[in-house]
Amino acid sequence: MSTKHPHESGHKLIAGATGDWEIVIGLEVHAQVSSKAKLFSGANTEYGAEPNSQVSLVDAAMPGMLPVINRYCVQQAVRTGLGLKAKINTISVFDRKNYFYPDLPQGYQISQFKFPIVGEGEVTVDLADGETVKVRIERLHLEQDAGKSIHDLHPDLSFVDLNRSGVALMEIVSMPDMRSSLEAAAYVRKVRAIVRYLGTCDGNMEQGSMRADVNVSVRRPGEPLGTRCEIKNVNSIRFMSQAIEYEARRQIDIIEEGGVIKQETRQFDSKTSTTSAMRSKEEAHDYRYFPDPDLLPLELDEQWIEKIKATLPELPDEKKSRFMSDYGLSAYDAGVLVAEKDRAAFFERVAIGRDSKLASNWVTGEFFGALNKAGLNIENSPISANQLGKLIDLISDKTVSGRIAKQVFEIMFEFGGDPAQIIEKKGLKQVTDLTAIELEIDKVIAAHPGKVAQVKDKPKMMGWFVGQVMQSTGGKANPQAVNQLLRKKLGLG
Amino acid sequence: MTDNSELTDLTLAQARDGLRGKAFTARELTQSYLNAMNDADALNCFITKTPDKALAMADEADTRLMRGEGRPLDGLPLGIKDLFCTQDVLTTAGSHILDGFTPRYESTVTNNLWQDGAVMLGKLNMDEFAMGSSNENSYYGPVTNPWRRSGGETKLVPGGSSGGSAAAVAAGLVAAATGTDTGGSIRQPAAFTGIVGMKPTYGRCSRWGIVAFASSLDQAGPLARSVQDSALLLTSMVGHDPKDSTSINAPVPDFESAMTGEMKGLRVGIPKEYRVEGMPEEIDRYWRQGMDWCRAAGAEIVDISLPHTRYALPAYYIVAPAEASSNLARYDGVRYGLRCKSDDITDMYEQTRSQGFGDEVKRRVLMGTYVLSAGYYDAYYLKAQKVRTLISRDFSQAFNKVDLILTPTAPDAAFGIGEKANDPISMYLNDVFTVPVNLAGLPGLSLPVGLNAQGLPLGLQLIGKALDEETLFRAGGALEEAAGFNATPTRWWRDV
Repeated sequence: MSTKHPHESGHKLIAGATGDWEIVIGLEVHAQVSSKAKLFSGANTEYGAEPNSQVSLVDAAMPGMLPVINRYCVQQAVRTGLGLKAKINTISVFDRKNYFYPDLPQGYQISQFKFPIVGEGEVTVDLADGETVKVRIERLHLEQDAGKSIHDLHPDLSFVDLNRSGVALMEIVSMPDMRSSLEAAAYVRKVRAIVRYLGTCDGNMEQGSMRADVNVSVRRPGEPLGTRCEIKNVNSIRFMSQAIEYEARRQIDIIEEGGVIKQETRQFDSKTSTTSAMRSKEEAHDYRYFPDPDLLPLELDEQWIEKIKATLPELPDEKKSRFMSDYGLSAYDAGVLVAEKDRAAFFERVAIGRDSKLASNWVTGEFFGALNKAGLNIENSPISANQLGKLIDLISDKTVSGRIAKQVFEIMFEFGGDPAQIIEKKGLKQVTDLTAIELEIDKVIAAHPGKVAQVKDKPKMMGWFVGQVMQSTGGKANPQAVNQLLRKKLGLG
Repeated sequence: MTDNSELTDLTLAQARDGLRGKAFTARELTQSYLNAMNDADALNCFITKTPDKALAMADEADTRLMRGEGRPLDGLPLGIKDLFCTQDVLTTAGSHILDGFTPRYESTVTNNLWQDGAVMLGKLNMDEFAMGSSNENSYYGPVTNPWRRSGGETKLVPGGSSGGSAAAVAAGLVAAATGTDTGGSIRQPAAFTGIVGMKPTYGRCSRWGIVAFASSLDQAGPLARSVQDSALLLTSMVGHDPKDSTSINAPVPDFESAMTGEMKGLRVGIPKEYRVEGMPEEIDRYWRQGMDWCRAAGAEIVDISLPHTRYALPAYYIVAPAEASSNLARYDGVRYGLRCKSDDITDMYEQTRSQGFGDEVKRRVLMGTYVLSAGYYDAYYLKAQKVRTLISRDFSQAFNKVDLILTPTAPDAAFGIGEKANDPISMYLNDVFTVPVNLAGLPGLSLPVGLNAQGLPLGLQLIGKALDEETLFRAGGALEEAAGFNATPTRWWRDV
């Protein structure tokens, strides 16, 4: 395994009319804290509830209402910080970020500005080629989500749903360490994997529990950072990649035509895959941050942090190294398996006590392939780890060949059932009875005297004979036995 | 005991004893106050009267008292500053922008009072969002001080922002009242109306359910006719509240029993910085008189210095408006209160807030927005916070040498309505002696000590260590006895 530092990744340069350019990307990932209650109120956070059914007096900013910190959300933020190998700040401060918007009932968002709960950390990002890059984390802070404005229910009126108002978010801010949309996508996937392993965020981008603000700039390789534009609220990895690609090209074109980049906030249009500047009115905020006088500074006990540390699960990076060392998997296979916690766990259930390489091939190959094709995931998979394990056992003990096993797998995937029973019922059991195989071989030799004559000079024709025998046995013959017997009978020794 | 026809002349403690001794019923007592209230519309103390609720609560108290299950405040009729949210009762904070706002919840402090059996007479007038020192900033009109200059009919202010509370107590319209004090809003009106006002240590009273002005300074407290009454009321008001993160979790003493009638062994600090230029000689005289009373009660007078006092007012007028500008952002016309119709959201905000807020509120929101703005934050807000730290340090150093501090409450007596309306700076100077106490989060008590040459009451302020309200009640009780202040205003408003 090799690790590349961003400045070494010269191969990611993109070509402009006047030479090569480098894209520089930094991300602010907003991750909704997995918690039953909101950051400063006891209201429910469940997704998809009736509008305004999960709103406390605090969330609606009724006069005289006060925020009280939800300790569980703090614990989740600390867990996440530890998972990002980051410094946990024992004293942090909640600030008010002031602006007017109908879905922001208080007229300010409670966030952390100068003193975040989590400081610098690091994420190892796995790329498709099995290589990794380090992306530094600048900080993680806790903040409240806003409500939602709904504009399409009435021709003249807008409505506000405050269910999300006050829900706890973690804003995870990276350093500008990514150099391509692929790296940015891999980073988001990795952060998502980490929070899912930790159970601190469900990572569902389609439900809005994870979204990103993307900072993009371009520069000539080796030169100082260019002026960045921030693309707000991108809610899928695919859109993020598109936004980066478009935005980088836009900036390069402007600079190459002699223009300058204006630092601004932009939005991504998924219909056209383009970004456009947000109205200056929307971005020209002076947020007037100041410490929230309703909340005391958040003080954390070192021992409490240590206690949380002791409960951390094995995280993707450690799991990956263990899979490589304990199961002898390649970096790539290990990376694929650990990308999602339940997939890794599924693999382990299949692999334990079995040929781990075979297990890995089956899990990452047939199994993931079938799941993806069917649009399913581990949770609603029609095949359990136990069933897949049994099938692999039947390969290992030579009851079926790998090829037949694939047929059995397809039947299991579609109709369910026990692999041994399927094999029995469909008569797919591998023929290891040498006399039966010999009989078939003799038939083939007798039927093709010409080929038998040729094979002596062209040993490659062996394959054709094997194929014939396999065909005549319906694929059930043990391929090794067929090979051995054929060689003997054809006099190839 | 006083004639039953004037039950409203009784102090809270006397009324309590009368109720327990079955000398009269809570309903009779409440009815007397309702009558007094209805005779006093000229003072404009009430924004909302709740006579039905009052009588219902009184009846419940009578039932308990009959059974001998009386609670600490059973049957005692109180007025509530209209900054406290009261369930199902209009709550306005003295502002147009809260038109029609009827909370579905009860503030912790008022809830504590009702749990202890008190009776609510109504909601008291106040400066809009508690911003003001004269009660001229109410959407519901100014409150008139029951006191008038000798021989004059000029309408005077009761002080502010708890002006309705102070005037109602002084005029005998309520047995006692709640107030809130952000920079002097309990103590200054108490001084202007000849009653006792107590601001406890920041965090003693829960702020939950009190409309916020400046969160780091706001603190509820009682306005009452005697030191004992304020001790009695405060005992019920305070207590740790998990719903307020700044609420202090400390044992609650029985403040009434702290009143021993003497000050033996107490060291009383006299800060030289509180001798301000242009302060009437009478105030200085009463201050010196106060020192003598302290000595006579067994205390020692110690000269102290609070060197950063002169920066307190400017720092206050940065911190308080900064917090207010943010706290008042929620009054946007979207969810409750006033909404001016418009097709455009920004225009709706602008119309609602420019029509809903009065001039002083707008002035402070603008000041607060300015001092928090990018590029000004360090020069104003951050600097003011540093000053605040220095002021706190002044006090803690002084409290190494003394047990409490004695000062005047306000630099002058009550002034005429309209006299300072166009001079906000002169208005702000009213709080020069009270503001440092809020900045340091300390308890402060104002008690009436005498009348000036024009026949208007003057007050002295006692400042204590954090969480040491007991020493203030002890010293306050002794000074009250020494001063023997028992003047009351003539009830001219009954004929208006």
